[in-house]
Amino acid sequence: MELKKTALHDKHVALGAKMVPFAGYNMPVRYTSDIEEHKTVREGVGVFDVSHMGEFMVRGPQAELLIQLVTTNDISKLKTGQAQYSCMTNLEGGIIDDLIVYKLAEEEYMLVVNASNIEKDWNWISQYAKGEVMLDNVSDKISLFAVQGPKAIEALQSLTPVKLADIPFYHFVKGEFAGVPDVIISGTGYTGSGGFELYVPNQHAEQVWDKIFKAGQPYNIKPIGLGARDTLRLEMGYCLYGNDIDDTTSPLEARLGWITKFSKEFNNSENLRRQKETGVERQLSGFRMIDRGIPRQGYELVDADGNKIGTVTSGTMSPSLSQGIGMGYLKKEFTQPGSEIFVDIRGRRLKAEVVKMPFYQA
Amino acid sequence: MYMQFPEEFRYTKDHEWISLDGDIATVGITDFAQRELGDIVYVEIETQGETVDQGEVFGTVEAVKTVSDLFMPATGVIEEVNEALQSEPELVNSDPYGKGWMIRIRLENTDDYNNLLSASEYAEMVGQ
Repeated sequence: MELKKTALHDKHVALGAKMVPFAGYNMPVRYTSDIEEHKTVREGVGVFDVSHMGEFMVRGPQAELLIQLVTTNDISKLKTGQAQYSCMTNLEGGIIDDLIVYKLAEEEYMLVVNASNIEKDWNWISQYAKGEVMLDNVSDKISLFAVQGPKAIEALQSLTPVKLADIPFYHFVKGEFAGVPDVIISGTGYTGSGGFELYVPNQHAEQVWDKIFKAGQPYNIKPIGLGARDTLRLEMGYCLYGNDIDDTTSPLEARLGWITKFSKEFNNSENLRRQKETGVERQLSGFRMIDRGIPRQGYELVDADGNKIGTVTSGTMSPSLSQGIGMGYLKKEFTQPGSEIFVDIRGRRLKAEVVKMPFYQA
Repeated sequence: MYMQFPEEFRYTKDHEWISLDGDIATVGITDFAQRELGDIVYVEIETQGETVDQGEVFGTVEAVKTVSDLFMPATGVIEEVNEALQSEPELVNSDPYGKGWMIRIRLENTDDYNNLLSASEYAEMVGQ
């Protein structure tokens, strides 16, 4: 299969990025250094091209009904201008995808889904789209830039009449940005360091990207690759679909109970309600290495006697903590913060400690 | 992207370089390898004093995003490990052919060395 390119592909190559296949796209994994890029976002401001993400428009009198059925969070109280983190469940107890629901207007929503799941999600939602609801997959028409970091507001303010400091977390404004009308300026992100995500029609992507870098120059703005995106999100304990959540993990096991609302009915809600009452047997938990070593996806988690108690779903060296950190589904009796566990790192049993997430307060 | 592969070194297809001085050889990973790996945060070599065969694993190198085995370019005894990499593994990124060296080995014979890739053969292999 030929890899897709984002509108900015040639820019990334010209910037010297190392490009890798990711979810069917050729994406920049790093421009200079993962650690440098990570610190740029934690301390200053950086820009990610995450145009591979998928966007679906859902419109019509029954749009709300459809979204309420396929997603676990409750949109009944969502106001226009608000966004909501949510997930879609299958009928077997697992998660089809995690996503963000934007309420663009009454009877008009945008769903932002993971690139690797665009086709699966589209087919899944389509089968429930009956009656007065229109679905439109606009993934190939929209570019998405995440401008993240404590200096994001200052760096971008000159590009828009919208007062950026007034956009609360998980709220958005549709307004002029870098000379382009109707850009969705969203107070969201996947880094924990604050900032915005900008939804821009492809034909204006290059103009917006260039103006962001020009306006951000005094703030030392830099392009950031997917490598740092992963270390930034992992330090915050955010789930990555395909690693930490998938078709076999329940939202309750994944500690996504806070977006699983039993105040309404949704796909598989009866079974999940029962699971909530009975309690889960395993739970996604964070740990940090005490012995020197770096956990990686797929490594076994064991107890002091070497019995398997889980598997690492995500792991890395944390650039902010200079220490190995990871997540994995642990048997319930090991999920208490402070519990001693061991990671089997290529045949060596190295000590780690279960900790509360986030790993790092940005 | 411009990368350097010193003419006087030999190379493996696993991206190690080896430089020979008498029957003592110094070994590290190439500029290409360090760029592919990204920031190196940990070099683990626990084979000092051991004889390791050509093509066998003598250690591992951990980058932020990935871990990779290190392969012996020629059979020999590992006489010395670069201790500086314990506290400054990033030397492998900044100076892969100098301060970022990994081990010194006493070769069993020099045939192994002579059969490795030349700088131009290696450069061609990595598409330079």
